[in-house]
Amino acid sequence: MSRSSRTRKARTAEATAKVVTGAIALSVVAVAIFVFVYIVYNGIGALDWTFFSEGPRDRGREGGILPIIVGTLYLIGATAGLTLPIGVLAGVYLAEYAPRNFTTRAIRLAITNMAGVPSIVYGLFGLAAFVLLAGFGRSIIAAALTLTCMTLPVVITATEEALRQIPQDLRQASLALGATRLRTIYKVVLPAAAPGIITGAILGLARAAGETAPILFTGAVFQMRRLPDGPSSQFMALPYHIYAQVTSVPGWNRELIWGTALVLVLGVSIVSVMAAWWRSVQRRKVKW
Amino acid sequence: MVSPLLVTGDGTLSYGAGSVTLPRADAREGAASKAADLQGSFSLADVSVAYGRDRVIEGVSMYIPPRAVTALIGPSGCGKSTLLRCLNRMNDELGNVHVGGTITLDGADIMGRAMDPVELRMRVGQVFQRPNPFPMTIWDNVAYGPRTQGIRKRSELDELVEESLKGAALWAEVKNNLKKHAFELSGGQQQRLCIARALATKPEVILMDEPASALDPISTQQIEDTIAQLKDSVTIVIVTHNMQQAARISDQTAFMLRESLDEPAHLVEMDETRKMFTNPDDARTESYITGRFG
Repeated sequence: MSRSSRTRKARTAEATAKVVTGAIALSVVAVAIFVFVYIVYNGIGALDWTFFSEGPRDRGREGGILPIIVGTLYLIGATAGLTLPIGVLAGVYLAEYAPRNFTTRAIRLAITNMAGVPSIVYGLFGLAAFVLLAGFGRSIIAAALTLTCMTLPVVITATEEALRQIPQDLRQASLALGATRLRTIYKVVLPAAAPGIITGAILGLARAAGETAPILFTGAVFQMRRLPDGPSSQFMALPYHIYAQVTSVPGWNRELIWGTALVLVLGVSIVSVMAAWWRSVQRRKVKW
Repeated sequence: MVSPLLVTGDGTLSYGAGSVTLPRADAREGAASKAADLQGSFSLADVSVAYGRDRVIEGVSMYIPPRAVTALIGPSGCGKSTLLRCLNRMNDELGNVHVGGTITLDGADIMGRAMDPVELRMRVGQVFQRPNPFPMTIWDNVAYGPRTQGIRKRSELDELVEESLKGAALWAEVKNNLKKHAFELSGGQQQRLCIARALATKPEVILMDEPASALDPISTQQIEDTIAQLKDSVTIVIVTHNMQQAARISDQTAFMLRESLDEPAHLVEMDETRKMFTNPDDARTESYITGRFG
C-alpha cells in the first residue's frame, strides 16, 4: 500500500470518527432540548397571574399552585439549612483531617453507598426514622431530614473534591505564617473552595427539589387549604402534586400539570445556570 | 556511620565525614556584643531526618549566623529542603517524619515541648519555591500573618502592610492598588508579595526554598536585590540550585550531599561563601561547584 493511500485512509477514518462521535453528542443535546421545548410548549399557556397567586380548586383541576410552590421552597430551604453545614463539615473532615485508616475508608464507603440508595428507600427510611421513631409526624422537618440523607453524599463529595483541588502550597503558606490548621481552613482553604462547594450543593438541592419518593410518606399531602405555617406542618410540593394529579384525579387538567412541570424545570434550571455562571466568574478571578 | 561529635581546637566541628568550620568563638561574641539585639541564629547539632524508615539526613551540625545570608547547596535529593523545613518545623505537617538531634534558635530548643510550632513559625518565616499568594487582595495577603497574631487595628495593619511591602521592594509598584487581587500580579511580583507576607509577622529568620527557580532572569535579579537589602535586618537561609546565585548573594555556604541512595545525606562542608567558591577544603565540594556532577 502506498504511503499516500494510507494517510488518505487514516484521514477518512479520523473524519468518520469525528462525525459519529459528534452526532451522538448532539443527539444527547437534542433529547434535552426536546424535553425542555415539549414542556414549555405544553405548559406555557398555564402560566398566568392566577396560576401563581391562588391555590388549587376542584381537586386541582382549576386554580393555581401557590401553596405548592411555597411548600417546595420551604422544604428545600429546610433541606439546605440541614445539608450545608453537615455536608461541608463532613467534607472538611475527610479532605483535611481524616487519617488514612480503616475508619476513614468505612466512612467513604458509607457515603458512596448512600449515594446509590434508591430514593423510595429513603422515603421508607424517613417514615420509619423521622416520622415514627423520632416522632416528628408527617411534616416539613421529617421530609427535609429525609431529603438531607439523600443529598448529603453529593454535598460531602463536592466539598471534599473542591478542597482537594486547592493547592497544598496554599495551606503550607498559611501554616508557615503561624496559622493553626483550623484558621488555615476557614480563612484560606474554604473561601478558595467555595465556588466548587456551592455548585455541588446547588446541584444536589436541585435534584432534591424534584424528588417525589422521599417525600411521599414523610409529609407531602394532596391538598391543603392554607400555606404551611412551621416545620411541623404538612406541605404540598411540585413533584408530588404532578404525581398525585396524574394518578388519582380523573380528568386532570393537562395544561395545569404541564405548567407545574414547567415551573419545576424552570426553577431548577435557573438556579443551576446561576450557579454555573457564578462559578465561571470566580474561576476567571482565581487561577492556580 | 555514627561517630562521636568532635570539636577540635581550631573551632572545627567534625562529624563523621563532614566537617564544619564555625566562626571563631571570640568573633561571634564580639559581633553579639556590638549589637545586643542581634537575633535569629540557629545552631544545629547532629540533626537527622527520617521519612518513616528512610533516613534522608544524618549528622548535620552547623551554625547559622544572625543577619546574614546562608545558602544551602547540593544536588537534587540531598535533603536541603528537608533540612530547611526542620528550622520552622514544617516537617511536622507532613506526617511520618522524624527529626532527631538538637536545633536551637537563639539558644532555645525549637523541637522541645516548650516551643509551640505556631509561635516558632511567626519568628521563622518561609518563602516557597513557587509563588503562592492567597486568593485575596494584596493588602489581605500581607495582613494575614499579623491578623493571625491577633492584630485587629486597621491603622496598625496598614502600617505593617506598607512596611513589609517596602521591605520586599514591592511598595512602589502596588501602593495605589492594594485592593487588587494578588493573582493579577506577575510571577516575580507575586514572589515579592510572598516575601512581604513573611516579613509582616516581624520574623527573625526567613527561610527561602529556591525562591527564584520559577522566575525569569529579571524577576530573579529583583528577588536577589531584595534579599541583599533584607539581610541587615533578618537572617536568611536560602536553598538554591543555582551556584552563581549562591555565590552572589550568600555570606555562608553549606554543601550537602547524598552519596548514594542507601545512605542518608550529610553536610560535606560549610564555610564563608568566598572561601567555598575559591578554595574549598573538600574535593567533592570543588567538583560540585565547578560543575563536575550534580
